[in-house]
Amino acid sequence: MITLRLYVAQRITALLMAPLVFGHLAVMIYAIQGGLSAEEILGRTQGSFAWFAFYGIFVVAVAIHGAIGLRTVAHEWGGLKGPLLEVFMWAVGLGLFALGARAVWAVTFA
Amino acid sequence: MTSKTLKVTVERGADAQCQFEVPAYESQTVLDVVSWIQQNADPTLSYRFACRVGMCGSCAMMVNGVPRWTCRTHISKVLDGDAVTIGPLRNLPVIKDLAVDMDPFFDKWVAAEAVHHGALTRDDPIAPVDERSEERVTANAGIECINCSVCYAACDTVAGNPDYLGPAALQRAWTLLNDAKDEGRVAILDAVSGRGGCHNCHSMGSCTTYCPNELDPMSAIAGLKRETAKSFFKRRRS
Repeated sequence: MITLRLYVAQRITALLMAPLVFGHLAVMIYAIQGGLSAEEILGRTQGSFAWFAFYGIFVVAVAIHGAIGLRTVAHEWGGLKGPLLEVFMWAVGLGLFALGARAVWAVTFA
Repeated sequence: MTSKTLKVTVERGADAQCQFEVPAYESQTVLDVVSWIQQNADPTLSYRFACRVGMCGSCAMMVNGVPRWTCRTHISKVLDGDAVTIGPLRNLPVIKDLAVDMDPFFDKWVAAEAVHHGALTRDDPIAPVDERSEERVTANAGIECINCSVCYAACDTVAGNPDYLGPAALQRAWTLLNDAKDEGRVAILDAVSGRGGCHNCHSMGSCTTYCPNELDPMSAIAGLKRETAKSFFKRRRS
């Protein structure tokens, strides 16, 4: 049910996410060493293009990767097919993107 | 062997099971057991076999829930105590009892372009094939497939996604892709990139685990994924 184009998109986003996940985990472990507060996080991220780019790319990659993966699960386990399956994929992808993008925007430039 | 009589359960249709007591013999195969039932207990039992020596690929059945070539499987190796359950191959429509309709399996071979694409005629000289070339070695690794459909029955991706071409068809497409005598590269790559194509494989590896000829369709499918991805980027650039 998955096509070459979706397969390539999922692999590319996986490649993107691998270093981003490690970066994300490393910063989490590093940042909590002396306790953690909302001010501390916002002080680091607000107005920072680098953090906007880091988590912006992460969110886009997650939205694409997760939507394609759940599309496969919905088809093989849930029996969803045809246009409904495509609608499901786009809804998951856009939903994940909206949730993530809103959060990234809130901690950087909002 | 623990007893002189085997308790054999044969699955016939969705809910119908029949029990038979079959005398145990030395070197008895699962196919021998099925044949004994058909010849001595129930002549209406339908099943399929031809060569009895593991070449024709027609006698595969589910044995205790596992797909096997029954003519080369000793019953002593699969007995659970003195009992065994024999059913029709999974993932294929049942015609009757232990005989399944293999049409979907073979239709997918054709759909995967797992057919020879020749460019030469009988008037051309025979093209030399380098036995030691990397492509030939790769192709040779997969050509001993006997079309028994054991891998297809073992594949959970086929079970969840009936459009999926399956391990055997994709492996043959892979051997042809690596065959110097085959000219169907573009056709094969297109055929295995569709909605039922190689990218559906989750690399669970049941095909490779259960192949009676110890072939490795999972790696062949991984090869197809690599080649199709490479050609995807190449075609975008050109």
